Amino acid sequence: MNFDDTPQEAEFRANARAWIAANAPRQYEDELRKSSLGRTQLKNANILEVAKAWQKKKADAGWACLHWPKDYGGRGASPIERVIWQQEEGPFGKLSGMFIIGHGMCGPTMMAFAREEHKRTYLPPLASGEKVWCQLFSEPAGGSDVAGLRTRAEKDGDDWVINGQKIWTSGAHYSDYGILLTRTDPNVPKHKGLTMFFLDMKSPGVEVRPIKQASGASDFNEVYFTNVRIPDHHRLGEVNDGWNVSLTTLMNERMSIGAGVPTGFPELFDYCSSLMLDDGPAIENRAVRSKLANWAVKASGLRYTSMRAISALSKGERPGPENSIGKLVAGSMIQDVATYALDLQGAVGVVSGPEDAEVAGRFQAMLLRAPGTRVEGGTDEIMRNIIAERVLGLPGDIRVDKDVPFNKISTKGRS
Amino acid sequence: MNFDFSDDQKQLRDQARKFLTEKCSPKAVRVVLDGKAPYDKELWKGLAEMGFLGVAIPEEFGGAGAGHLELCVIAEEMGRANAAVPFSSTVYLAAEALLIAGSDAQKKKWLPAIASGEAIGTLALFEGKGNPSPKNIKLAASNGVLSGVKKPVADGAIANFAVVAARTGTGGRDSDISLFLVDLKAGGVEVKSLTNLDPTRGQAELTFKDCKAEPLGAAGEGWSILTQVLDRAAVLCAFEQVGGADRALEMGRDYALDRIAFGRQIGSFQAVKHMLADMYVSATLARSNSYYGAWALSTNAAELPEAAAAARISATQAFQHCAKNNIQVHGGMGFTWEFDCHMYYRRANAMALGLGSLSYWEDQLIDRMRKKNAA
Repeated sequence: MNFDDTPQEAEFRANARAWIAANAPRQYEDELRKSSLGRTQLKNANILEVAKAWQKKKADAGWACLHWPKDYGGRGASPIERVIWQQEEGPFGKLSGMFIIGHGMCGPTMMAFAREEHKRTYLPPLASGEKVWCQLFSEPAGGSDVAGLRTRAEKDGDDWVINGQKIWTSGAHYSDYGILLTRTDPNVPKHKGLTMFFLDMKSPGVEVRPIKQASGASDFNEVYFTNVRIPDHHRLGEVNDGWNVSLTTLMNERMSIGAGVPTGFPELFDYCSSLMLDDGPAIENRAVRSKLANWAVKASGLRYTSMRAISALSKGERPGPENSIGKLVAGSMIQDVATYALDLQGAVGVVSGPEDAEVAGRFQAMLLRAPGTRVEGGTDEIMRNIIAERVLGLPGDIRVDKDVPFNKISTKGRS
Repeated sequence: MNFDFSDDQKQLRDQARKFLTEKCSPKAVRVVLDGKAPYDKELWKGLAEMGFLGVAIPEEFGGAGAGHLELCVIAEEMGRANAAVPFSSTVYLAAEALLIAGSDAQKKKWLPAIASGEAIGTLALFEGKGNPSPKNIKLAASNGVLSGVKKPVADGAIANFAVVAARTGTGGRDSDISLFLVDLKAGGVEVKSLTNLDPTRGQAELTFKDCKAEPLGAAGEGWSILTQVLDRAAVLCAFEQVGGADRALEMGRDYALDRIAFGRQIGSFQAVKHMLADMYVSATLARSNSYYGAWALSTNAAELPEAAAAARISATQAFQHCAKNNIQVHGGMGFTWEFDCHMYYRRANAMALGLGSLSYWEDQLIDRMRKKNAA
């Protein structure tokens, strides 16, 4: 058990550090450091443009998608090297947000299921951030129950014709490509009639409508498909085997560990360290300290759990669903942390405008964004099911629609 | 970086588990639980023969000279088995205090006796209500003679010797505290057993009446030594707690798979599944925090004070959480004497207090994090 770099790792770290020092967009460092969940933006620049420029620069120098093969725009680096890079990249890593889905889910799915020529064409610009990808799985009728999706794909000559609607698609409004899960056979039980494709988001018939979230911001979209044509060679995996393909995507989501899910703890500890309450410094208040200590051990527990997973990964072991605890713990924690920060502010905690609010309203922004983290990428409840079933081996939920042809499943809650 | 135990250490864990499964069944623990023996003497002898008591004691003092990572591995198994032996008092507290502050003669006298299972040791720190603090130590030492009362003292009724915290100065400052080594069989100490939450680990009140004692470490250094001992014991206890939490989770899981109600396995109900998933989450967080503590302990890293406090809090919470919800999963049967659930519940809640309560360690953690940030 040790945290020391091997000589090779130390060399890698030194190279990464030197390159970052010479090339990172330092003018945004302070702003990025202060940004947190619900508020990652730059005052005098478009963060998407800054992010794309940084990603391209990294790719040109061989620092993008480190764990991907070189042929596909990566570096062929080890899991540990990837973690070292993340440690060194520090606040500039927050610029990777818009690429997480493409790099973490779409890319690995393409790698596993696309034709070789497509991998060579599409993966390098995905790695370099020149092309942004999104993932089109969720639908109004299929969120947690994603296999309940209704978007149809029908064969027409060498093409497939797509009709239907997706929802909660992160970044669809700035995406160039997407991976799309569709229903190709409604006459068989729901998991058995799905097929996966990738598509050009600029295809005729694709319409993206931003969703105004409860927080007021718009990170997600509805995407409508009207007679969108996709060539058959853009199919990923076999016809009607889309469920298994999507499991690969989700498995890779779990492999993309290390970056860490935000907990809000560093922000809160920092805030409490300088905050004065009516009866003295917050950090010396017994009740505040108790709250902080409880969150501190959750945050450190997550950090070290992720290190254990990286150690396993570097030994060639596949990290399992136990990594689901990260999102489960951090999601509700950041919500509680934000709520508590406002409680400490008293009446003025209600003020959320960055100019007038305490610490530029970072905890207000966090509070309003937090409900989404407990839903996106698997709700807290789905995460608990995953842990219970796949880690602890408890029985699956009783599924009344399991053996029913998809088009015979009841769709009405109350008639 | 390799944030995991080595293959040899994992092998040692398997060996310890196999040994304890055989020699430390719930039935064996129940002999002590039911008051028929003060501790499991057979098991204690076996632990000595396996080399587990002296695993972190250097070879020159009769130990195996392996190290603290090896001790962590064994601690986890001791917690898992809910062993009814004075392991934590003797090995984490008394032996660690001797290793940190003992003279060569003191180490030669006691450490080989610990490793061979002949001597049981303990730490006499608390004096009634309150957490570890120099202000709470009233037992006085003058001219090598101790007078005062310690309560509770873990395994005090069966210990051969104790490390005793005594006041040698007049104020309540750190430098007013010194440590002493007392041979409990040499007279001058009255021992009274105390009924406690966890009968599988005894607690006692020790009354020192002009009791002869020899200094352990330099005069006025007692508090600084104690702080180190408590930090080291916090990590080792955390591993016991992690082992206990895992076992409680496993018991709950197994019962949820076996028990049928409403025509289904109760583990198919989401209310039960999610409760068990939450137990898994807290046990996993505790394990990860404890691993970090193990690293800090084994390398004597500057991070040890913070890592120890985090491991202590996380593991205490996890064991309490898993032990209480294990009973809940079991329903009424979990609340019977006959089922083993309450043994873990008792142990979890007793261990939560042993080195100072949760709120004490929360306070410690924040102090230590502030110190690190200031540095």
